[in-house]
Amino acid sequence: MKQKREKINKYIIVSIISVCLGIFAWWLVTDGLEIFRSNVLPSPTKVLRTFGKKWVETKPDGATLLQHLGASLQVALGGYFIGALIGIPLGIFMAWNDKIDMLVRPVFDLVRTVPGIAWTSVMVTLVGIGFMSKALVIFISAMVAMVINSYSGIKQTKTVHLWVGQTFGASNWELLTKIAIPSALPMIFTGLDVALGASWTTLVAAELLASTRGLGFMIQQARGISRLDIVIVGMIVIAITGSILSAIIRKIGEHVVKGARLQ
Amino acid sequence: MSEKKNVLIEFRHVDKEFNKPEEGVYKVVGDLNVEVRENEFLVLFGPGQCGKSTILNMVAGFEMPTRGEIICNGNKVERPGPERGMVFQNTALFPWLTVMGNVEYGPKMQGVKKEERRARAQKYIDLVGLQGFENSFPVKLSGGMQQRVGIARAYCNEPLVMLLDEPFGHLDAQTRYLMQDELTRIWQAEKRTVIFVTNNIEEAVYLADRILVLRNCPTGVKAEYEINLPRPRNYTDPEFLRLRREIDAVVDHTL
Repeated sequence: MKQKREKINKYIIVSIISVCLGIFAWWLVTDGLEIFRSNVLPSPTKVLRTFGKKWVETKPDGATLLQHLGASLQVALGGYFIGALIGIPLGIFMAWNDKIDMLVRPVFDLVRTVPGIAWTSVMVTLVGIGFMSKALVIFISAMVAMVINSYSGIKQTKTVHLWVGQTFGASNWELLTKIAIPSALPMIFTGLDVALGASWTTLVAAELLASTRGLGFMIQQARGISRLDIVIVGMIVIAITGSILSAIIRKIGEHVVKGARLQ
Repeated sequence: MSEKKNVLIEFRHVDKEFNKPEEGVYKVVGDLNVEVRENEFLVLFGPGQCGKSTILNMVAGFEMPTRGEIICNGNKVERPGPERGMVFQNTALFPWLTVMGNVEYGPKMQGVKKEERRARAQKYIDLVGLQGFENSFPVKLSGGMQQRVGIARAYCNEPLVMLLDEPFGHLDAQTRYLMQDELTRIWQAEKRTVIFVTNNIEEAVYLADRILVLRNCPTGVKAEYEINLPRPRNYTDPEFLRLRREIDAVVDHTL
């Protein structure tokens, strides 16, 4: 235990150093040695100032940073949760029941090869620019990741575990709910994490194409008027929010998935 | 004397064949006729891959005989059931459940009320010597302790027959001796019909009331030995060693 903790501490220290080095290099080529002018690559201090201002200012894209972030989160989490709500059971039942598998799989295999973002045009045509079109695009991206992971989680259920259940007289439904699903939980949580990443990246891409608010939209607007400082602020906020969301999912996963896998 | 005992399980002309894609039909068990008596400790002993596990899997109902039938307590075996408990070589514990969760699993599936099944599970956890580990997850336990949980789990369902498939095969020699003593003690404390599969001759002589020596594929009974040594047995006892030599001489040795 102690050794493990020391290893984690070392890892944290190295991570901090690496981030600091990155920022230092960035500062060096901008403010430090003035290799890039600030309208080509803004310096860290400029970005930090813009970041501070963007909390209250609505210029030049019509909303504050928090409003953009809120809009993005709303869409991303909305699509994500509906994707999980449908994707997890769908993956589980496809893996458990051959008939459902045969019925759904051909369509699913076609859908999953298309990148989520490619649906944007279809969705915009169908429901217009707004919450719904983006939420649907994210829903598809998240659902695909959820189905794939829940499916393989259930398929990896050990035969002996099902045998044990049978010797105890468990019904088919109990074999699914009391053995297959618990043993698939680690994979289901991997799916939740992967789907979250997929939702977040898809969202920003979707907002670049079809939006009036959101982090992607903010970046797109800033790019149009060569405000790279705002673009970078947007990128940083996207990165930090993504990491926080992913960390939350992993924490929940650790809490729910007990005992880990044997062998 | 032992003939007077009731027969609990009966193999009637049991054949088992597998269809292998490359080799065609592969016969694992051929015309097996065995009677298992109530409360006896029967050891199936044989070389490497001679189909011993297949025999247990058929009693458990995981696999069906190609021909013939297996009768357990008057009924033909057609599917797994709570009257036949299995202890697996790889323990097959549920990693997402605690020791208590694993042991009480059988009664839970049978719909036994929480207080009653907790009490029952506690009794078997105590019997296998795991008190204090009720809330540990299997991954935290050593191999020997995991196998104790496996034994307690099978016992807790109070089956008519316990099927043990090389349960100590993965343990180191020292733990193995310890577990053999433990199993003898548990079995004497709570008599059950046991069918124990092993490829270890010492283990067979140490544990068994009766040993069936199995021949290589297709497997069947090659020889039968009643072991009347008093328990606990001694590995270096002259009679023990004599039996060991005698049985060793009839085994089909394979490389």
